[in-house]
Amino acid sequence: MIESEEFVQALQDSGFDFFTGVPDSILAGIIATLMERRLYQPAVREDEAVAMAAGAYLGGKVPAVLMQNAGLGTSLNTLTSLNLLYRQPCLLIVSWRGFEGKDAPEYRVMGQTMTQLLDTVRLPHRTLSEQTVTEDLKWVAQTFMKERIPVALLLKHGVVRGLQP
Amino acid sequence: MRPEEGTIQSRARAIETLFGLIPDNVPVIICGGFPSREAFRIGDRPTHFYMLGSMGMAAAIGLGVAQAKPDKKVVVLDGDGNVLMGLGTLATAGALRLKNFIHVVLDNEVYGSSGNQPSYSQVVRLDQVAKAAGYVNVERVREREDLVYEFRDMLGKDGPSFLLVKVTEQAEDVGWVPLEPAQIAERFRKAIE
Repeated sequence: MIESEEFVQALQDSGFDFFTGVPDSILAGIIATLMERRLYQPAVREDEAVAMAAGAYLGGKVPAVLMQNAGLGTSLNTLTSLNLLYRQPCLLIVSWRGFEGKDAPEYRVMGQTMTQLLDTVRLPHRTLSEQTVTEDLKWVAQTFMKERIPVALLLKHGVVRGLQP
Repeated sequence: MRPEEGTIQSRARAIETLFGLIPDNVPVIICGGFPSREAFRIGDRPTHFYMLGSMGMAAAIGLGVAQAKPDKKVVVLDGDGNVLMGLGTLATAGALRLKNFIHVVLDNEVYGSSGNQPSYSQVVRLDQVAKAAGYVNVERVREREDLVYEFRDMLGKDGPSFLLVKVTEQAEDVGWVPLEPAQIAERFRKAIE
């Protein structure tokens, strides 16, 4: 399992310097580390978070947004009519709730259809794994810089340490 | 309930007044629909971010810019329907307590870009919601001279500030903003560097 400190450090080393989002248990360790480092400003909804990220990018920051996949539905209009339309990139760190249906019922549909949804609105995505974390982040940075659109990194349960002991 | 007696300004008139007071180097985020279209016609600047779509997100974009540029005042020109759609962002703005954030709401109490359907700002006091959310300076104005006085005051003060400007339903006969979205973003980014 990747320690949240290592993961946050790797994000910072990749240039990310503005973090916002809405929490999820899978993301809890990352958020705790970001808060310790005073890098995280909570949003109240995921669409607000991606809009704030667009504003931060306009102001010269390199933003990342944390959310659970339910938040992709909430932020869909903002992602398509702001971030994609105006070419305002951000990294979307999305926890994959409902992966293979093994989760609470509310995640069932999004858990099964998330990658198709991302493909449909043409948001590039990749699933983080412990073995390929360096390549994954390299791909994120390259896609972010080249396409200038949001890029989603999907986090399944247990890849980065969640709730801190 | 219609706009109270004494409302004398159209939204375009209010925008014109604000543009007379906003310094050239101040970033301005303008919500979509008629506010952006009228603003473009009244006085385009590279420091203007004209929104299309993402209704309700003007203040969120402004909060992002304001955090990235803490030494610049950032002005958001919003509408009542927009604020109601993104009402949670008033909480974020109050909690973040950014000194450089000025949120102006041009409140005509209707969804003016889609046929003047009534909005709940006819009965919900958005200025009181903003006050409760933690904006430091909150004012509600109708007359031009009050708008000038309060906005000038907010430009010189630490925020976050919230200015509710009651305006009429009148909309100017204006076309679309003739700029590509990516172009709007790129020139804004350069202009506020």
